[in-house]
Amino acid sequence: MKLVHKYVDRDGKGDMSFIPEEMDDIWHAYNLITEGDVVRASTVRKVNLESSTGSGTTFRTRTTLTVSVESIDYDAQGCKLRVKGRNMEENEYVKMGCYHTLDLVLNRKFTLMKMHWDSVALERVEIACNPTQSADVAAVIMQEGLAFVCLITSNMTLMRTKIDVSIPRKRKGFVQQYEKGISKFYDTIIQAILRHVNFDVVKCVLVASPGFVKDQFHEYMIQQAIKTDNKVILDNKAKFMLIHSTTGFKHSLQDVLQDPAVVNKIADTKAAGEVKALEQFYTTLQCEPAKAFYGKKHIEAANESQAIETLLISDSLFRSQDVNLRKEYVKIVDSVRESGGDVKIFSSLHPSGERLEQLTGLAAILRFPMPELDEDDEEDSETEE
Amino acid sequence: MSTHNIRSMDFEEECDAFDDVYGHSVEDDYSMSPSQAAFMYNRNNIQIGSYLNSQKDIEEEDEEIESNEELKKAKLESCVEQIRGTLGTTMTRQQIVDAVVGFDYNVERALNSLLNENPKTQESNRSSKVQTEDLPSSKVVGGSSGAQGKTRTVTKGFDVVVQKDVSRLSSTPDSQSPASGRGTPVNVDEELNKKWEPKIDVLAQYKKDRSDSKQHLYMIVIGHVDAGKSTLMGHLLCSLGQVHQKVMHKYEQESRKLGKQSFMYAWVLDETGEERNRGITMDVGRSQFETQNKLVTLLDAPGHKDFIPNMISGAGQADVALLVVDATRGEFETGFDFGGQTREHALLVRSLGVSQLAVAINKLDTVSWSKERFDDIKDKLKVFLKQAGFREADVTFVPCSGLSGQNLVKKSTENELISWYNGSTLLEVIDNFRPPERPISKPLRFSINDIFKGVGSRLCVSGRVETGCLSAGDRVLLCPSREIATVKSITLEDVPYPVVYAGDQPTVTLSGVEMENVSVGYIMCDIQSPVQVASKFQCRIVVFNVKVPITKGYPIVLHHQSLMEPASFSKLISQLNKSTGEVVKKRPRFLSNNTSAMVEIQVSRPIALEMYSEYKELGRVTLRVGGLTIAAGLITKIIL
Repeated sequence: MKLVHKYVDRDGKGDMSFIPEEMDDIWHAYNLITEGDVVRASTVRKVNLESSTGSGTTFRTRTTLTVSVESIDYDAQGCKLRVKGRNMEENEYVKMGCYHTLDLVLNRKFTLMKMHWDSVALERVEIACNPTQSADVAAVIMQEGLAFVCLITSNMTLMRTKIDVSIPRKRKGFVQQYEKGISKFYDTIIQAILRHVNFDVVKCVLVASPGFVKDQFHEYMIQQAIKTDNKVILDNKAKFMLIHSTTGFKHSLQDVLQDPAVVNKIADTKAAGEVKALEQFYTTLQCEPAKAFYGKKHIEAANESQAIETLLISDSLFRSQDVNLRKEYVKIVDSVRESGGDVKIFSSLHPSGERLEQLTGLAAILRFPMPELDEDDEEDSETEE
Repeated sequence: MSTHNIRSMDFEEECDAFDDVYGHSVEDDYSMSPSQAAFMYNRNNIQIGSYLNSQKDIEEEDEEIESNEELKKAKLESCVEQIRGTLGTTMTRQQIVDAVVGFDYNVERALNSLLNENPKTQESNRSSKVQTEDLPSSKVVGGSSGAQGKTRTVTKGFDVVVQKDVSRLSSTPDSQSPASGRGTPVNVDEELNKKWEPKIDVLAQYKKDRSDSKQHLYMIVIGHVDAGKSTLMGHLLCSLGQVHQKVMHKYEQESRKLGKQSFMYAWVLDETGEERNRGITMDVGRSQFETQNKLVTLLDAPGHKDFIPNMISGAGQADVALLVVDATRGEFETGFDFGGQTREHALLVRSLGVSQLAVAINKLDTVSWSKERFDDIKDKLKVFLKQAGFREADVTFVPCSGLSGQNLVKKSTENELISWYNGSTLLEVIDNFRPPERPISKPLRFSINDIFKGVGSRLCVSGRVETGCLSAGDRVLLCPSREIATVKSITLEDVPYPVVYAGDQPTVTLSGVEMENVSVGYIMCDIQSPVQVASKFQCRIVVFNVKVPITKGYPIVLHHQSLMEPASFSKLISQLNKSTGEVVKKRPRFLSNNTSAMVEIQVSRPIALEMYSEYKELGRVTLRVGGLTIAAGLITKIIL
């Protein structure tokens, strides 16, 4: 993302202009814009004009509109953000208070005005505008009869296709049915890779599966590419990496990202760091349960005694509709930082973020054990029931 | 308005007029006169002698649809919606559709005619409707199939009606569902009255059918990778004469060519090129042999940890298990240590309901038939198996060698072994297994573990009859997709059978269902008492060794019979005392090693399952994460 203009006054009120350049930037924008903000962007509006005689004409015109945001829609597949709201600045085409939906797309400048730029938002801007490009990675995760083709960017894991076919088992005298089924399955995956993976951008393609499916697939793909003289695959042969995973389901992507060979390749992606942090949380929970907690109530209590060393928080919490709730979360983040703790904001589009979200979206590793938190909870649960 | 016209109308005349225009579209010739309303009303009311008329009527519909089907469909949909809005759901869709089409999509007229018609037809409806409501078990089926019928009308429009007019004529007028009548509540009713209750004689029938033959036993062979499972079984089959001499010779030659002569017996069970080249079993191999009293079907499970999902689906079908351990120094220890499959397999088969186990201590020839080694391994395993929940009396230990074939079928000829062992051979141990109880008198449950196109491109499924019995010609329900199919034929080890009972693993040819609508892990069940379908359930789990503690939202892979489905813990309800089952802690934050707990599990899409208390076979689940089995559970409550 390119930051074109920035003005934030002492109270945190101000406006910034951005030009999104990558897919991730749209995701950043989605996380920045909240309800009640004001967004200005160039857009196309259908205008009805009525002359004094009553005859009307309709035409479409490009105009710049400023809307006060009421709802936001994020389209990960289309890489688009739709911001709906009421018009704030009247111009010759659009009256005050008219509803309009702005489409924020790549390479189109937009301006965002907030009443209060909090620390989380400012940090997000900083991350978004950091020009160091991280490696884009494509991953094919599969098992016999099931495959996912995903794109992994630093902030998102986009599932592009799911392939689910039933393959007959090998049985005496029916082997050809199995072979037919499996080659059809592989063909579908190859098609999906060709369609969804842009080899100009993608640095490597991870092919992960349990057992020998990945080897079989890779062999088949190369063979097929030689047979059909498919330049795209043959030229990028070196980009394919075979990695072992425990299952072919999507959440196994986490195992794949932990593989040392993969970590070397994609060391700077956020995904790998998140996976590591979450793993650490689980290890702590196993070894010293009084030092790892999750859930808002526990975290707040731990925060009061400045006990939090590492805070894991899902960015979905900051997209909360409720402004006050968002403020509370920002307060937790700020106070943890103040007391010298580390805050890791997880992207909810990664599998690790999804997992954290299921774990209430908020987890922490403490500096010192606080067994009393656990006991409090037990009393609570008894009173509740 | 229209009522008035009906009264003043001449029925005869109208009918004649209709005959005249046969072959044309009614709507083209007639203006929108109220007499048409009466006509429609009349036609539907003549119930018995009106076959001819209704047939003509359908053909006409066909013609007009061919002209501009899409437009009419859309029109019809909107009309039906409007009528539904006024009438509610008192009328069947088919009645509404008939009326709307008859009145050339004039909603008002159609409505009037329907309202007039209603009281009279309802009387005829009532008898059958009451029937449906009275029987609670049919409700589920009726509801679901009703919905099915409805969707079919939406997607296929009139085409189906025309094609299936024969069945429509044969069924009662109020069951005018276009779905060939098979999905209608009425038909289910008929079947319900026909069957299930009088099946008390099943047991007698079973005794009659099966008492003369040997008892059938399904045995799974498990153990760590390279323990020699396939070789042991291959040699056993070979010694029993199940493998032809010529074939064996071929294997020997070929395996020598590859430089893997020690794998020649394993090739009996590992049949694909992939498995032979790599020298490991990947999918469950099947074979059959006979002992003195039993007919044994052998399931050779893969030992490699990546193929445990295959092993689980195999173990779900087995009655007894044979655990093969490698006695070679160091090898047994690797297999038995944490992460070794000896432990995991034993725990898995126990949690999948296998209670009898034979332990074959293999490759004893590599330690020169040492008694100390045998006893050492035996003691270690005994302690572990006891913890795993096997009764001591149900576990037998046999020393043997798969490659040299010692103590498999015949008593050993090795002096070193005879000096201290005079117990039974492996074959005798297998022969001594007690056959488990077969729940034959329960409603049918059949778990599907393979789907393929059989002869004549018919859909074939194979799997295990968990409970009840299945006979050719039965109509069955496939859950969770709730498809109805008819059993065309049943074969057991390539021999056709008219009826199969619980415990059998037949191949069933089905008709009336598409391959796309069935997948591995589905349950085929009785229409009258269908299996439960849910995506959330409560279960009591025992946690094995976990690296990271289980928390809320922890993603897992759920294994239920042959089904493999991603799932997660949606709630940790309580932690239980492992032996007494008392609640130790309510709403625990996490579950760690070797605990027992009550949890709620959410599956990503609905699956077919049963409570453990009702159907043991379908009430068990196994939970795995990252290639490790972390817990096994019993379903205690089905939520949704």
